Amino acid sequence: MSRILLSSVAAVAVMASAHGAAAQTEIQFWHAMGGNLGDTVNELAAGFNASQKEYKVTAVYKGSYTETLTAAIAAFRAKQAPHIVQVFEVGTANMMAAKGAIYPVYQVMADAKEPFDPKAYIGPVYGYYSTTDGKLLSMPFNSSTPVLYWNKELLQKAGLDPNKPPTTWDELGEMAGKVVAAGGKCGFTPQWQTWTMIENYGAWHDLPFATKANGFGGTDIELKFNDQPRIKHIQRLADWSKDKRFVYGGREGKSDSLFNGGECAFRVGSSGSAAGAEKALGKDKVGIGMMPYDPAVRPKPQNSIIGGATLWVLQGKPKAEYAGVAKFMTYLSSTPVQAKWHQDTGYVPITLAAARATEDAGFYKANPGRDVAVKELTLNPPTDNSKGLRIGNFVQIRDVVDEELESVWSGKKDAKTALDEAVKRGNELLRKFEAANK
Amino acid sequence: MEKRVTFNERWLPYLLVAPQMVITIVFFFWPSAQMLFQSVVVEDAFGGNTKFVWFENFTSLLKEPAYYDSVRVTLVFSFLVAAVGLALSLLLAVMADRIIRGASAYKTILVWPYAVAPAVAGVLWGFLFNPSVGTVSWLLHGIGIDFNYVTNGNQALILIVIAAVWNQVSYNFLFFLAGLQSIPKSLIEAAAIDGAGPGRRFWDIAFPLLSPTGFFLLVVNIIYAFFGTFGVVASLTQGGPGQATNILVYKVWNDGFRGQDLGGSSAQSVILMLVVILLTVVQFRFIERRVHY
Repeated sequence: MSRILLSSVAAVAVMASAHGAAAQTEIQFWHAMGGNLGDTVNELAAGFNASQKEYKVTAVYKGSYTETLTAAIAAFRAKQAPHIVQVFEVGTANMMAAKGAIYPVYQVMADAKEPFDPKAYIGPVYGYYSTTDGKLLSMPFNSSTPVLYWNKELLQKAGLDPNKPPTTWDELGEMAGKVVAAGGKCGFTPQWQTWTMIENYGAWHDLPFATKANGFGGTDIELKFNDQPRIKHIQRLADWSKDKRFVYGGREGKSDSLFNGGECAFRVGSSGSAAGAEKALGKDKVGIGMMPYDPAVRPKPQNSIIGGATLWVLQGKPKAEYAGVAKFMTYLSSTPVQAKWHQDTGYVPITLAAARATEDAGFYKANPGRDVAVKELTLNPPTDNSKGLRIGNFVQIRDVVDEELESVWSGKKDAKTALDEAVKRGNELLRKFEAANK
Repeated sequence: MEKRVTFNERWLPYLLVAPQMVITIVFFFWPSAQMLFQSVVVEDAFGGNTKFVWFENFTSLLKEPAYYDSVRVTLVFSFLVAAVGLALSLLLAVMADRIIRGASAYKTILVWPYAVAPAVAGVLWGFLFNPSVGTVSWLLHGIGIDFNYVTNGNQALILIVIAAVWNQVSYNFLFFLAGLQSIPKSLIEAAAIDGAGPGRRFWDIAFPLLSPTGFFLLVVNIIYAFFGTFGVVASLTQGGPGQATNILVYKVWNDGFRGQDLGGSSAQSVILMLVVILLTVVQFRFIERRVHY
């Protein structure tokens, strides 16, 4: 009996080792895309796995951005890190600072001798995640930019032309006033207020968020967003809140219920929210256009900056496995994959070719407004103020700005006091980051 | 004469205690040691570039005005949760104690909320009080109160107190009810014969005899308000608006896991641990003596 057992164990062992020799190398990919987005990510991984035999990408959903990052950090400390982890854009400076932990994408590509052309990528998408001399640190994955949404039905009710959106903030205020006067509950609400009303308001008007090219030039930087135009803008919104022309709906995406529930006529929010709004209100009821601007600050808008997340490669795996990582990155950047990702999700494509392919396929004609995000990002060549943001401890700084803005909306502080305080508190967090990363 | 249980085998007591010791070491001592270490170093998120900085994390924390705001919010919040929670559950227990018909049905319903996880309780109350779609805020609007916990800090604090109390009231209720039922009926009857009314009987007889239960619940409730309410805050307000509901335990998590500032977060944990040790010592040393057993 025991002889049979022993020989069968041996047989299994031989089979296992034979299997091992022919087995694919597994690439672990941890991401934060739940629901429909998660399904699309799984499709991407399956597409890559079907395209070649050497590597197998395993996509694992790890929860929210924060949870995914925390899980990756814990795994790295325990030497169990995945090859690829998706990190949101505000974590960029902190990831860069973790020098022993990350494997910059440009280096991954070079070491694997994988062809890689930086010029194929859309400027502000590529620029946000590259060094000052243009080397890509992490692979852009899901990128979005704020756009203006409007509810055509509410505009019609107020006697306004539903196909003529406001182009300036003053126009938006006037139109919002008419919406409220016609019995509307809410004129305008922002989504991700710090990202849309402070960071992107700055880039759109070519105003600095921080010194040294918004932090691209070093960690010894000071925040600069308490300038006159932004104080005026925030104060204007606070004034509007008195007659419901402005309604605050909460941090991050919490104001979605206000716009998708049909209460607010206007919203500045992520281009990635288009599908959700169209689903909630009906495709023909939602208008998508460029963000309004203030002609008094700048005669024409500059360009918007992105939000979203990128794929970081982590150190600590056998060298040969990174060749598979490089192949997967190439696959993700390929035109059909990017075009599909863009059309399915509403995130902007990361390459110009994918945007063109989408246009040629007639997608923008069938889905008006879906091209606005790319248009905004590529409106002008990015300046130092509109290339992106590279801010240490940015997650905490955003929390600080959110807190201070909330104190304006609740009437506790005026815009100047709040923004000055936000800059002061933010600078303290920057000094902490600087000290930790000397 | 002292009674002693002895084991014949030397190793047996150690063996019996071992599982508990392992759990305590792995889940309490080890993380605490890590926390103490983290609180005196700064490092990048992935654990590289570690530098020993003595008490710099503490000094920079104590220079932060936001930290004092958080302390203030926590004190107000804990006081409200403990006071409202204890008063309400005592009232409910006294009333449930008098019910003769259908008592178990009332008790079951009152105990129910305890089965709900704090995070779920938070979502539930958030939905009821949602400024745009909430039923309760709609009713409040009808009587002229504009309830919007998203922008109004005081209302947000009230809301998390309600959610936290609602979640804990069942627990307090059970203990108070058990306490009331263990009061000898003869004492109450004797007082009644002497002419004491229901109010007098409660304040002079039942209340003092309940004080050990009340004291125990006070400790449990303060610890609950300090630590157990994380789920309510995380699901309802995320510390906002402004910093109106940024209680210490939420700030520890937020700075550590969202902000990846493990040094600052650990320093806060160390302070929190000291506060709790102090609180427990004070309560058991000084207050317990005055409690009528």
